[in-house]
Amino acid sequence: MNYTANPIAIAIFLAFVGFVLGMSFYFARKAKSAEGYFAAGGTIHWFVNGVAFAGDYLSAASFLGICGLIATMGYDGFLYSIGYLAGWIVALFVVAEPMKRLGKYTFTDALDSKFNSKGIQLMAAISTLAVSLFYLIPQMVGAGVLVTPLLGLPHWIGVCMVGAIVITIVATAGMTSTTYVQFLKGGLLIIFSTVLSIAVLNKGLSTEPREETFLPQNLVAADVTPLAEVSDQESGLNFVKLEKDGVANWWIVRGDLLEEAQSKTETGDGETLYNGAPKADARFKSVGLVTELPDGQIETGKVGVFKYFSTIQQSKVVRYPKSSIAKFEDGGDHVMVFVPEVTAGEDLMIPGQKFKIKDGIGKLNFISLMLALFFGTASLPHILIRYYTVPSQRDARKSTIVAIGGIGFFYVLTLFMGLGAMTLGVIDVESGNMSAPLLAKAFSIVLFSVISAIAFATVLGTVSGLIVATSGAIAHDLMDNYMGIKMNDKQKVMAGKIAAFAVGLVAIGLGIAFKGMNVAFLVGWAFAVAASANLPSIIMLLFWKKTTAKGIAFSIGVGMLSALGIILTSPSMYGQYGLDPATAIHKLDNPGIISIPLSFITLVVVSLMTQKDNEGLKYVG
Amino acid sequence: MLHEPAAKAEKDNASDWKAKLGIKLFWLYCLIYMGFVGIAVFATEAMKKPVLAGTNLAIIYGMGLIIFAIVLGLIYNHLCTKKEDELNKSGEAE
Repeated sequence: MNYTANPIAIAIFLAFVGFVLGMSFYFARKAKSAEGYFAAGGTIHWFVNGVAFAGDYLSAASFLGICGLIATMGYDGFLYSIGYLAGWIVALFVVAEPMKRLGKYTFTDALDSKFNSKGIQLMAAISTLAVSLFYLIPQMVGAGVLVTPLLGLPHWIGVCMVGAIVITIVATAGMTSTTYVQFLKGGLLIIFSTVLSIAVLNKGLSTEPREETFLPQNLVAADVTPLAEVSDQESGLNFVKLEKDGVANWWIVRGDLLEEAQSKTETGDGETLYNGAPKADARFKSVGLVTELPDGQIETGKVGVFKYFSTIQQSKVVRYPKSSIAKFEDGGDHVMVFVPEVTAGEDLMIPGQKFKIKDGIGKLNFISLMLALFFGTASLPHILIRYYTVPSQRDARKSTIVAIGGIGFFYVLTLFMGLGAMTLGVIDVESGNMSAPLLAKAFSIVLFSVISAIAFATVLGTVSGLIVATSGAIAHDLMDNYMGIKMNDKQKVMAGKIAAFAVGLVAIGLGIAFKGMNVAFLVGWAFAVAASANLPSIIMLLFWKKTTAKGIAFSIGVGMLSALGIILTSPSMYGQYGLDPATAIHKLDNPGIISIPLSFITLVVVSLMTQKDNEGLKYVG
Repeated sequence: MLHEPAAKAEKDNASDWKAKLGIKLFWLYCLIYMGFVGIAVFATEAMKKPVLAGTNLAIIYGMGLIIFAIVLGLIYNHLCTKKEDELNKSGEAE
């Protein structure tokens, strides 16, 4: 799609960023002590903390990734919403209050509260860094994805802007400014997602495409003379190149007819053409259309919640899944043709479009993903540190419930936003990530500008939380506790700020290096690594008296390495390496089903072997 | 020195009771979540069945899991707060 900057969008964006930075400078005076910097002095109100939890948790993967996945794959995207929210049950019922009771600044403190073990300090800090970096990459990529349509700037500038703003937020006032940025963003995200969802229901469903939506023309094959013909073996389709209105583009052969297609061509001389012309010509359009409504209706008008779902179940929708993209060579040109697929609504509204749950390995992958999502939330270091910002255990519990309410409500809305983007023809066929902001654009440019600014704030809020978590892991867990570098309070804050600056620079580099990667892609893995490395230790420390320091350290190491090992040798990563995924040494894309039990077993075996270490220690569960 | 909480924690006489309740509610939710994953994997077609106002089982079960989490959280908080007030009366709590 062709994105152009809009003055209203720029004004709203700049006002928002200016406000956020002003707030950070205002709170800077509160961040003089280590408590103030790493844990906001433990003085945040539970309601503010709860909304900030939502702001921290609802990352680019939730807003951009899930809405985009629902828009392109239907119900399978909603599975992430269900899994991400279910994970909060583990956080509330098992982890929240003990973490608050046992820790100080980081979750390593809680794990180490009984032992004061160098092994735990080192392994938990490394695990925090690994999980947070996995989580940072998609956020930074998401920032780059956003600035292109919002400000008309290249990807790398977006990444650098986020990096610079976030470093400023974290380095000026640490956890206090981070909390209020997350509070603001969490609140605005929920409010404006509600507005967008109501707009979708008011608009209803229609088989009439919007002016901006791609509607293919058809020609009789016998009436035209093609410039070229290609038979693509993988898709089993034939394509012809025709010249129309002075532009050569690709058409799909459908029996005696030709159907106009959208295409992207990388020419031999390095030029990129969209539907045969440069991107600026705006020939490349958004997609997504209802082709058939129940009872032959043309449009439903305003509908209620249940009517909306039941109508889609009985309709047919045109989608452009990535699996249907045909790729072939034409002379020296690399051609991609986006082939439409008509899907019955009843199939879109159940699992199965993305997750191939009909075969054995597909079932295993699916169960593994749902397991990691369920156990991952309560193991994410940047989420766990938020328990140290409130005054009491009761506040920790209450803020978790506010978080569940806010996040749960938002995740229900992802269905309306995703399905709205799918049926209102706003999807960028190259990437579903911008579906929610583009859906807003279909209603009003102001709504688009606000939603985009919020989406950008989404990235700011989550990245700030991640950088606070990693700076705490470096300055507090590694430098102070593990290495034993003696620092006074002021020096600790300075070390935290320097660590935040360094992590911010690394995040910028990663965001640029991983351009083009799906923003939901790595987050699922971050959950798997977190669930495998951290959760067994947290659970067993609380509920098994025989847990030893070595058991925890080994469990974190084995959980982290096994999860990373399975991920790095997975079929998906083979695809990323440019290798054939079919040649991967195993077929598992989601490691949780192996690595989580392995981490538990390691903890039990090593703890039983090192029981002598526990003599004289008091049980803390 | 290094391992004390950022905010000073009060002694909580209800913590054991709350932990036990938390585990029970966790298993309750876990079973219902496993039921969802089980149907999705082993009886996918059953997810198509309309169960409420023409809306299929997949949507109702999925949204139900989200709403149930919120309701369960509120019940848990209510019970915990009541127990805390009962067991941590002034003089007993430090």
